[in-house]
Parts: sequence; structure tokens; C-alpha cells
Amino acid sequence: MKNKLLLIFISLIFIIVFILFYEGLQNTNIYTPETKISNKIPSFKGDLFYSDETINSSNFFNSDKFYLLNVWSSWCVPCRKEHTFLMNFKESKKIEVVGINYKDKKINAENFLIELGNPYKKIIFDQEGIIAIEWGAYGVPETFLIKDKVIIKRYIGPLDEKTAKEIKSIIK
Amino acid sequence: MLYSSIGYYALILGLGISLILVYFSIKNFQNSSTLNTKILSFTFLQFFLVVISFACLIISFVLSDFSNETVFNNSHTTKPLFYKIAGTWGNHEGSLLLWLLVLTLFILIFFLKTKNQPLKYKLLTLIFQQIIIIGFFLFLIQTSNPFNFIFPTPEEGMGLNPILQDPALAIHPPILYLGYVGSSIIFSSALAATYLNLVSKVWASHIKKWIIASWVFLTLGILLGSIWAYYELGWGGFWFWDPVENVSLMPWLALTTLLHCIIVLEKKQVLTSWVIILSISTFTLSMCGTFLVRSGILNSVHTFANDPERGLFILVFLFSLIFISLFIFFFFHKSSPNNSNSFFWLSKETSIIINNWFMMYFLSVVLIGTIYPIFLEVLSSQKISVGPPFYHKLIIPFLIPFLMAMAIGPKLKWIKSNIVDKFYLVLFFAISIVLSFLIVKKFSTNLLINTILVSSALYLFFITLRDFFIRKYSNISQNIAHFGFSLLILSILLNNLFSSEIITNLKVGETFTSSKTKIVFKSINQKQEKNYKSIIANFSIENINQKIEDLSPELRIYNQPNIVTSEADIKTTLLSDKFIVINIVQNQDYFNVRYQVKPFMLWIWISVIVISFGGLLSFFKKEHEK
Repeated sequence: MKNKLLLIFISLIFIIVFILFYEGLQNTNIYTPETKISNKIPSFKGDLFYSDETINSSNFFNSDKFYLLNVWSSWCVPCRKEHTFLMNFKESKKIEVVGINYKDKKINAENFLIELGNPYKKIIFDQEGIIAIEWGAYGVPETFLIKDKVIIKRYIGPLDEKTAKEIKSIIK
Repeated sequence: MLYSSIGYYALILGLGISLILVYFSIKNFQNSSTLNTKILSFTFLQFFLVVISFACLIISFVLSDFSNETVFNNSHTTKPLFYKIAGTWGNHEGSLLLWLLVLTLFILIFFLKTKNQPLKYKLLTLIFQQIIIIGFFLFLIQTSNPFNFIFPTPEEGMGLNPILQDPALAIHPPILYLGYVGSSIIFSSALAATYLNLVSKVWASHIKKWIIASWVFLTLGILLGSIWAYYELGWGGFWFWDPVENVSLMPWLALTTLLHCIIVLEKKQVLTSWVIILSISTFTLSMCGTFLVRSGILNSVHTFANDPERGLFILVFLFSLIFISLFIFFFFHKSSPNNSNSFFWLSKETSIIINNWFMMYFLSVVLIGTIYPIFLEVLSSQKISVGPPFYHKLIIPFLIPFLMAMAIGPKLKWIKSNIVDKFYLVLFFAISIVLSFLIVKKFSTNLLINTILVSSALYLFFITLRDFFIRKYSNISQNIAHFGFSLLILSILLNNLFSSEIITNLKVGETFTSSKTKIVFKSINQKQEKNYKSIIANFSIENINQKIEDLSPELRIYNQPNIVTSEADIKTTLLSDKFIVINIVQNQDYFNVRYQVKPFMLWIWISVIVISFGGLLSFFKKEHEK
């Protein structure tokens, strides 16, 4: 008797599994990693660098101004070079510079900012590099120009004179 | 044209022979006590027909006969001969034909090699095996015929997916299939033995050979796939918990557990239910893997074509097998009367049961991680992806007691035992803890857990190492396999702890400097090969100790089909691998450069080979040595 109940129970489980697989077959989907160019910002969740506050994609950006999202790391040498350009945007009222600190040690990152100045209003601490993946970042440094929660421009590699000028002309 | 027709009709005939075989076997099963010799001849004939069919497909590939749809889709005249042949099983249809080839080969070997077993058992195994074979014949002919014609004949083929043009990939499928299909024999035989109530010590020592052989092949097959992914996909690691990898790991876990259970069954008439259920689940998990990767329900390198019809066929087939086995298990399995479940707590049996439950736990973690996202999407259309953190968090803590049990378990005797050599066990334990503390100390993060992990792996390492020198524990194959496993876990742990990675974007001529390394992007060469154009980037890398090494990763732009693959350049030394891979950044002069130092990579591969060598030894162990 006990055996029969068990058999019925196990059969039921397998029937449910079968149905789920069958349904899964119907909405066959091909997953391809998307590249985010001129696109909506991805959804992400993370911790802020200087506080324990948790932020997510919906409350991180306001729609009234431009944002420059910069993926950086203290171990990345080109990041030092582009840092002066980020500092130039610090005083601007039209644009807010925010950062993703990528696969870094907190103490090194802090020293980096003490040494070179901190252009960032907010920094997301991305120790595992997961948030950078959400953004589809290729590596460090990489910079996204964002308006109304839409990525309008993306710069792979360090910012320089030319790209800084371009950003300035866009936000005018 | 001609070969395709021969191949196709050989398949049809093969299917016919299956039906004849089932008919003869049933008749023989009911009436006679001697084997109908026709059965053996037909089994041979069936194998021969599948060989012909497979040979025809190979010839079509070699001759680049593009009137054959499979050849057209997967080959190209400029492809080197080696990959024309390997391309035969580098696609959905061909690989299924290979699967069928191994199926028919194995049942033939089973028939020739099985002596001293009742005739009814052999016949029943043949019937179950033929049910599986018929399923595959129908699947092949109905939904994935490798010999479809195209008219008019195209001039040129589509080419083989370039990432599959690789020596490791050419032998990975055949080896893996030997393991998978070996498990089908175990499945059929376990069902036959259950039906005839033959699950006994004699049966155990007979089927053990099949279990060991499949296990060795499966282990090596997974290893080859893993090595390939390491240098070809450029993800920079050896295991990614990708669904495709998981579906090969699940049968492996089940088979490994089965291997341990069958040893107990061989010595004592216990654990019969474990053995039967594991025999069934090993094969159904292999089939389930085929379903998941071939139906397109998961997307992977192995998803050659998205065809829900194929998926449906395997799904129905898979569940029919599951229900047949459930039925047989519940209605015919009688647990033997002397099967007392009360083992003495300190004995080999108990330690193997502990091992079983650990393995089942690992298996369920992998199973849930693999199929839960599919179920969730069906139920709530939510997409989630389960990544390494999930598996690491659930598996790693349990590795600690698992490794300890593995060190001590084999020392115990059957039935009832005392721990001998207590002095050494404690001594090695102390040494392991101190040693691992010294190793891990340099890295401040998670000191406690890492020390415990490394020390439990080291502990197993020392214990097994010492056992090589003691004659009392003469089970050399078990010792080698466990030693290999400790080496594997140790290499993986140290690899994780000491790996370092630099990801950056560089232009030609630029230099990247960090505190430990300097990467100079020296130059770029271009080369035109037979079926691809290659861009070779030359880097020189300088370490703290002023040692300069040149590495040249490559990008290959294949012409047919037009795909870019990146070939990592890896410098392997005994202690660590230096790994560099580049990728194109679209519309920029920058290349995305990823440089990794991975310690003990080589030892990961070596230890898996050691593990399978342990299995291989026990396969050739003579009866009297047991």
C-alpha cells in the first residue's frame, strides 16, 4: 500500500516535470548577449561605495540631467590618464559623474581617489564585476553617457581631449 | 549521391533488424533454454549496417558531396581533411548516428562477453537495449535524417562552426558517447536483473566492469570538453557551470555513486535499491542531457538546430523510459530478506552510504541549478540565470566533511571496524591545518573557510599518499582515484585563491602597467590561411622578477561561415598558466585584452587523468586479486 502511494506520488512528479518541459519547448528562445548601444539602461542592483545603501536601476538616475557613468579601477593605468577629464566635469551643473568601481580592493580605490580627487557623486562598488557585466562593459575604463535612463553614447577605453569635447557639446 | 542512398537504406534495414531481434528474443525468452543463434547473427548484422551507414556519411564528408544536406550545412571544400572527417559527428545528425553506432557496438560486445549469466537475463537485456535502439533509429530517420538530399546540388557548403575545428573537439564526442552509451547497457541490464530478481553479488561483479568502463570514458570525455572550453572559448577557466557542462556532470555524479554502491553489493547483499535506482538515473540523466541541449530549450554550442519537433520526440521517449523503469522497479523489485539496514556505524558500508548522500546532494544542486530556470520561465515567464556563485555557495561547504569522509572511509573494514593508525590520522590532520594556514595566510580574505577547505583537501592528499607505501591497504586503484581527487580539489582551490586577472583595452604600441605586471602591446601581424584570416597580436609581459615572456593571442576570421573566433595564447608551466586573449572592440582601434595568471591549471588536467587511471586499473584487475 505504502509502495503504491509512493509510485503514484513519483509518477505525478514526473508528469508535472514532463508538462513543464513540454511547455518550455513551446517558447523556445535563443538567448544572445545584447550589446547596449543607444539603449535603455540595464536593470542592476548594487551597494554604494561610501555608505551601506543599496541602490537599483530605478532610483539611481533622475531624468532631469545627463549622467556620465564611468567604469574604473585603481589598478587600471589608463584610468589615471582619463581622471583629469572626469574631474573637469565635476563642477558642471548639467552633468553628474557616477562611477562603477570594478573588481577592486576598497582601500586601493580610496587611496586612488584621495590622490587624484573624487569626481564621482556616487560610486557603485562592483567587487565581483557583475554590475559591469549587466552594462555589457568590455573592460576598464569604459564610459557611458546617459540621459533619461537611455544610453546615448558609449566610450570604450580612456576619455581624451576629443571625447571630452564631444561630451561637452552634447550636454550643451 | 550514391553513398547517401546506401547510408539511408542501411539505416532502414537496421531498424527492421531491431524489430526482428525483439520478436526472436521474446520467443526465445518464452520457450527455449538455449540461445537462438540467429539472435547473435542479427545483432552482428545490425552493427554492421550501422557501420556502413556511418562510413557512408564519412565518405560523403570526405568527398564534399553537397547533395547531402548534412554535408552541405556543416562542411566546405577548403576545410582540412581531418576536420572533414571530424565534422561527421560535429553536427546534430552525425552525432546521433555516432550514438547509434556505439549503442549497437556495445550490445554486441555485451552479448559476446557475458558468460555465466542466465540466458533469460541476456535476452531481456537485449530487448530493453533494442527498445532504446529503436527509439534512436526512429529519432534519426524521422526528425534528423543525416542523408537528406538537396536538389539542385549546391556548389559549396556552409562550413563547420569554426570553434568546433579543434583536435580536442574531434575526439571529445566519441569518448563522451562511449561513457553515455555504456550507461545504457547498465540501464537495460539493471532492469532485466530486477525483472528476473537477479540483483545479487554475481550480477554485481558482472555489471561492475561495464560501470567502470563507462565511468572512465565519461570522466575523460568531460575532461576533453573542459580543456577545449579552456583554450578555445577564452572564458579563462576550466568549469563555468554552464548547463551544457552540468548535463554531463549529472550522469557522472550518479555513475560515481553507482560505482561505490556496486562495490558494496558485490561484497554483501545490500544496497540493491540504491544500485537499481542509480543505474536507471544515470542513463535517464544522460538522456535528459541530450534533451536539454538538443531541443533548443537551452542555448549552447551543442544546440545545432532549434527544432521543437526533435525536442518533443526525445522528451516523449525519455519519459516513456522513465515510466517503464518506474513500473519495473515498483512491481518487480523485492528487497532481499537478509537486507538489514542496520549497519554498524563505523564500517565501510556506512561510509559508502554517507558518500552516497553527499553525492546525491551535489547532484540535486546541479540538477536544480540547471532546470529551475527553465521551470521558472514556464511558470512565471521570469528569466533568471544561475551562475557560479549559486553552485559555489551550496557545494563548497559540504566539500569539507566529504573530503574528510573520503580520507577515513576507505580505511574502515566491512561490517564492523575500529579506526586503526589513529596516531597518523591525527598527525596528518595537524600538519594539513598548519600547512594550509601558511599557504592561505598571505590572502586576507575568508581566512577561516579557506584554511579549513585547503586543509581538508591536503588531509586527503597526505592520507592517500601515505597509503601508497603501506601494503595493508592494497586497493591500489581506489587509492589512486582518491589521490587524484584530492589533487583535483587542491589544484582547484589553489587555482581559485591565487589566480589574478587584468582586463583592459589597449591599442597597438600601448603599455599597461600594474604593480606586478607590465603588458606591452608590441605589434600586429596578419596572415591568410586556407579557410580563415588570422590577426596575431604580439604582447610581451614583464613580471616583478624581470622575467619577460612573449605571448601571441590570435583572432581568426573564418570565411565559411563568417565567424570570428579568438584563440587564447597560453604558456603552460608546471606551476602556472599564463593566459592571454584578445577581442575586437567594434569600430575602435582598441583591443580588449584579458590577461590571467592561473596557477596549477596543468594539475587540474593531470589529476583528472589520474582519477580515470585509477578506474582503468580496477577494470584490468584480475578476479583473484579482489
